[in-house]
Amino acid sequence: MLKEFFSFRKNIIFTGIFIGVSAAFLQKLGNPANMGVCVACMLRDIAGALGLHRAEAVQYIRPEIIGFVLGSLIAALMFKEFKPRAGSAPLIRFVLGFLAMVGALVFLGCPWRTLLRLAGGDGNALFGLAGLVVGIWIGIFFIKAGYNLGRNQKTYPIVGWIMPVIMAGLFLLLIFRPQLPSGAIFFSSEGPGSQHAPIFIALIIALAIGFFAQRTRFCTVAAVRDVILIKDTYLFTGVVSLLLAALISNLILEQFHPGFQGQPIAHTKQLWNFGGMVLAGLAFTLAGGCPGRQLFLSGEGDADAAVFVLGMIAGAGFAHNFDTASSPQGPGLWGPASVIIGLIICFIIAFSMSDLGKKMVEAKR
Amino acid sequence: MNQRVDVRGLSCPLPVVAVRNKLLEIKKGILEVLIDTGTSKDNITRMATNADWKVVVREEDGEYLLTISK
Repeated sequence: MLKEFFSFRKNIIFTGIFIGVSAAFLQKLGNPANMGVCVACMLRDIAGALGLHRAEAVQYIRPEIIGFVLGSLIAALMFKEFKPRAGSAPLIRFVLGFLAMVGALVFLGCPWRTLLRLAGGDGNALFGLAGLVVGIWIGIFFIKAGYNLGRNQKTYPIVGWIMPVIMAGLFLLLIFRPQLPSGAIFFSSEGPGSQHAPIFIALIIALAIGFFAQRTRFCTVAAVRDVILIKDTYLFTGVVSLLLAALISNLILEQFHPGFQGQPIAHTKQLWNFGGMVLAGLAFTLAGGCPGRQLFLSGEGDADAAVFVLGMIAGAGFAHNFDTASSPQGPGLWGPASVIIGLIICFIIAFSMSDLGKKMVEAKR
Repeated sequence: MNQRVDVRGLSCPLPVVAVRNKLLEIKKGILEVLIDTGTSKDNITRMATNADWKVVVREEDGEYLLTISK
């Protein structure tokens, strides 16, 4: 029985362990604390490097993001799963990506970093995790009520290649670091943006993560969603593996510091740790997967997932320019308002694109 | 004539939810499912197998036809 459990799940368990251990080591090699891999933070840093926001402490072209997309691309090409597709409510997906990023930056982390913060002993992440589960649970309510973004369609190969080409372009910018009169490309000289593992080590690890995650469909949001919605614990096993592997690695590397106060790149305003992740969890669920998963889907030709990622980058620019992103002191001036407005927008989208909305329209006729 | 569900083009988790609902409805018999992504093929195969249905996968031109029976 136990043997069967592990043989069926060995790949997803391996992927979870690989991500967890890699994250801990990337921190040891220079990435910010409890941020070995964080899709939201790393997209935010890329937005900063491109000058979409001017928060000087968080500007860097993170090779991890590039590796996730290209690793998934390699796996998809090798296993004949590169399928260019597009056209399932792309603008809605952009908005969901935007709002997911706004929520994640109120908490200060994506679902991956939620796990990594827990594995580093950051108790504040418990509130983020609770918010994430509640957000997913609300999303499931709408999925059960017929929420549907519509079908995508097969499209020209070039459409599927756009995101990988953007990533290759970012890599060239990272390597050659051109200096434009505006000051771009921006690279932080202090703060989290200045802390990073060596480029090629980070890239190779991320390529491997992208490869394995594409094969196993690793997704932190679907992990929780599938347990609640269809009683399937396959992906959940991967998430638990990630958490445990990161925790054990942190203990070995002496990166485990339990507590609430003074945790790295975190704040103690628990209501907004919770609220930010309710928003992010709901937006991710409505879009079909966690931000890591959206990157892997982008790599296998899903242009709608790519639009979601671009929405996240735009959201990061907005969050810092409009002071909604948190700092270690707590949420930005407009952080709480952005969470509430974001939730309202998500509810309107979810309601109007489910049977609930259709019924209301029919009743009016 | 077997019943057929076409989940091509739908994003996760709608394909697996649609098939699961259909299987719960028919309880026994044969259901054919048209799928266009490996992810949905894996998810649906896992879900159906866990619920004691037999699944046969046929691949053609990058798409999959699952025959699910009990």
